[in-house]
Amino acid sequence: MTSSHAASSQPSSSPEPRVERVSEHIVEIVSDSGEGAQTAGQMFGTVSARMGNGVWTVEIIPAEIEPPFRSRAGASGNRIRISSGAATNMGDEADVVVALNEQVLYSRIDVGALRRGTIIFLESKWGEIDDEKIRREYREALEDFEKRGYRVFEVPMERECLKIVRDPRRGKNMWVLGMLCALYGRNVEFVHEEIRKKFARKGEQVIESNRKLVDAGYAWAQQNIPFRFEVPAQPAEKPRVVMNGNQAVALGIMASGIEVVSMYPITPATSVSHYLAASFDKAGGFLHQAEDEISAIGFAIGASYAGKVAATVTSGPGLALKTEFIGLAVMAEIPLVIVVVQRGGPSTGLPTRVEQGELLASLFGSPGDVPKVVIAPSSIEECFHFIITARTLAEKFRTPVIVLTDANLATGQQPFTRPEVRPEWLAPPLDMAPWDRNVAPYDWDRETGLSRRPIPGQRGGEYVLTGLAHDRWSHVAYESAINQEAMSMRSRKLAALQRTLKPPKVYGDPEGDLLVVGWGSTRGAIEEAVDRVRADGGRVSSLTLRFLSPLEPGLAEIFRRFKQVMTVEINYSDDGDDPAVTRESRRFSQLAWLLRAKTLVDVDCWSRVPGTPLPPGRIEKEIRRRLDGEKAVRHEEAKNVRTQG
Amino acid sequence: MYGLKDDWELEPRARRFVLEDYQGATPRWCPGCGDHAILNALQRLARDEQLPPEKTVVVSGIGCSSRLPHYMKTYGFHGLHGRPLPVACGVRSRRPDLNIFVITGDGDCCAIGTAHWIHAIRYNMKMTVMMFDNNIYGLTKMQSSPTTPKKHFSFTHPGGAPLSPINPLAVTLGVRNLSFLAQTIDWNPPHLYATLRAAHKHEGLAFVRILQRCPHFMPEIWTRLQEDPQLVMLLEHPEGIQLEDAAKRLFKRRREHDPHDLAAAHEIVNDESVVPIGLIYKNENAERYDAFSSRGIEMTTEEKLAAAQQAIDRFLI
Ligand SMILES: Cc1ncc(C[n+]2csc(CCOP(=O)(O)OP(=O)(O)O)c2C)c(N)n1
Ligand code: SF4
Repeated sequence: MTSSHAASSQPSSSPEPRVERVSEHIVEIVSDSGEGAQTAGQMFGTVSARMGNGVWTVEIIPAEIEPPFRSRAGASGNRIRISSGAATNMGDEADVVVALNEQVLYSRIDVGALRRGTIIFLESKWGEIDDEKIRREYREALEDFEKRGYRVFEVPMERECLKIVRDPRRGKNMWVLGMLCALYGRNVEFVHEEIRKKFARKGEQVIESNRKLVDAGYAWAQQNIPFRFEVPAQPAEKPRVVMNGNQAVALGIMASGIEVVSMYPITPATSVSHYLAASFDKAGGFLHQAEDEISAIGFAIGASYAGKVAATVTSGPGLALKTEFIGLAVMAEIPLVIVVVQRGGPSTGLPTRVEQGELLASLFGSPGDVPKVVIAPSSIEECFHFIITARTLAEKFRTPVIVLTDANLATGQQPFTRPEVRPEWLAPPLDMAPWDRNVAPYDWDRETGLSRRPIPGQRGGEYVLTGLAHDRWSHVAYESAINQEAMSMRSRKLAALQRTLKPPKVYGDPEGDLLVVGWGSTRGAIEEAVDRVRADGGRVSSLTLRFLSPLEPGLAEIFRRFKQVMTVEINYSDDGDDPAVTRESRRFSQLAWLLRAKTLVDVDCWSRVPGTPLPPGRIEKEIRRRLDGEKAVRHEEAKNVRTQG
Repeated sequence: MYGLKDDWELEPRARRFVLEDYQGATPRWCPGCGDHAILNALQRLARDEQLPPEKTVVVSGIGCSSRLPHYMKTYGFHGLHGRPLPVACGVRSRRPDLNIFVITGDGDCCAIGTAHWIHAIRYNMKMTVMMFDNNIYGLTKMQSSPTTPKKHFSFTHPGGAPLSPINPLAVTLGVRNLSFLAQTIDWNPPHLYATLRAAHKHEGLAFVRILQRCPHFMPEIWTRLQEDPQLVMLLEHPEGIQLEDAAKRLFKRRREHDPHDLAAAHEIVNDESVVPIGLIYKNENAERYDAFSSRGIEMTTEEKLAAAQQAIDRFLI
């Protein structure tokens, strides 16, 4: 190994590497797109999970489909956070980065993914290449990295790969994976097995050459890298699975007995359909790719009307198109699961990036008043289980249920306990017994708004579903009293559902100076930030809301036990101290808006729309700032008391 | 009977349905509206074919015509403007046992629902699609529709519609995988009935354009056809729509047309000097998406459970 870092520029003379024990590490692998850094990163994550580490992976996606080679816009790859306990978010700056060229590395530097001391393993071939311009760029970058305080190790990746394969562009990722496995003491057998799984369809030869590359990377690191990292792992007691949020959604769909999924491709929701395409029909399901989002939800509604359990999966722009049909589903009380994998908005916005921008659209984005259930999983495991919850709620309450996930959950991988599918998770078979003709198709229970529904094929239940105002018999009715009753019956279901919910658990003390409220994928980062501040004695707690409509009960009560309440979200809000806005003109982030309206508590907010998950460090900083404000106020009060005294 | 297959029926005595069994609410269409005739034909067809009301679903969009499901006593779905076809396809996807009729208007189908119209033809799922074409928007009170003749007055084009109308037959005929296309008129009950019957019997999506009178907003549009029998041409063929001789004699112009002849069908629909009625095209071999989508509906809970477990196992570490 050659290195620009003076201290380690000598090849290691001692065969015994220095081992550093750490409780967690963040590793990034970045390359031009097409060089396989994503695959290598995912395998590294999976193998780390198998070894018993907590893992959270984040895909690093270039802004364009085919970014120019060696460009700042081009980093494609994976961030893998491995830890001794559970990893719940992407963390802050990386500890180790493997870069296949220095230009893609800049795109990571630009987003603040590196810090002083980050170890970089950099492909060294660019310093030896014929092209003078590239050689110069490379040399300048090395100098720059040194100035920034990174520890750079130049690695002859291509030269080493050439000893094994003819086209190193297609094998470097596996070689790098081998190198990282040596660095972190990963079991190479596990890697071999992952390779077999991944390349099973490509044949024995491909499997063999990939294994050789991994072994070579491993051996090279053994000889040339003078240090190792040990992230102690806790072996899991129960069998575990590792997957990303979209895979979890797809499996949840199968485990809940949903039979029809109808969708139109949209990033980052599309891959749900890819996973379903592979195995849905084996579970008796049917995946329909419609001509557009409107048709996709119409198809699902038709299937549901006909008694089949149906779902549609989409993202923001698709949700916008579906709103008219969602209104119909609410009006006509059709059970339906609608998964919305949120991405950056508005318009086509940031299609591959994360945002939590669809909360209010889910709640209110239809004409008129359309009460519906909205829930948000906050981890990949919850992505699986919430589909089953959503299916059950949709059937029981005869309503559409929106499940809000986001790009962060969709593409992030996390290990969790293997779910054992239970028969009661599956939708029960159709009851086609004749319908009692004396029972109206909307025989609303006054207290709960609930009613049974006849299904085509059920004799005696013949009714005409309509989106027009209707009475209990589904007869079109414009009488004011009937409309009032029907609206309140549909609305009442949310009250009835809320009665079944428990107040949410506060993370940390039940009272204090600051309560941070979040929802969805930000939970891990928020809780980590809270932990760090609490470790220094800060009186901060947090709360994650899973139910957004209806809200979980008892919120106002909980809020009153804290001096300040603030939401943290990945959607837009005006900063409170922005001189361009006033108290009246300030636009709040979406959950804050909702909570203020629902609880009459002066809930504040802090939100950012960077297109990336919020790092815990950034949230921590904001919490400290708020607490310092609180301290200053208390100091001021104490002074006042003294002067008065 | 919880848990039984949905086609299971305990039927100690044969049922016999009469017209009243298909008659729902009293129609609220204008007097003289062609929709009445179409409703009657549909009810008669259901009676003659003895379609169990509980196994019959009428799906519609929004418009005067789309009120029809309310006037039937079967299952009905009166949904959104332009969107009956996706809903009907969804119903059909897992329910091969149902009889599905789709009611749509010229605005519903050829304006807001255009994408679904084209794609539903391509999906070719078994259902009878009846497009009521009155050349105008009825429910919203006389705005131009995509089929309104050029220069014709409407409230949105007081100086006359500026564009030539689209030709729904030609558009439908242009879609690959088309299975059945016919045209009929509401003011000739035998032809209307025979056409709906042939459509219902067809295994696949049968698209029927019905020229429908709207005396309220389009009083003159079809009277021309009613008054000049030379303008309407009856398509005849042993494999086409069958009429009794007496009914046939009403049509002065007739043409022998093999419904399997696509080139001749194109020629017929593009000749704008005459209005063809009858079976324009038929292809019994078109691929059916519902055959594909209803696979697996017989699967048991145990099988589904096992499949879900297996899918999860692939992610074990
Ligand atoms: C999304 C939406 N846009 C517009 C309307 C208003 N609208 C109701 S019916 C109709 C036109 C109906 O015309 P057509 O389909 O030809 O049926 P007809 O009334 O003539 O039978 C329109 C524009 C609506 N209900 N929904
Ligand atoms: S407005 Fe026209 S289409 Fe509508 S009911 Fe009256 S006559 Fe029929």
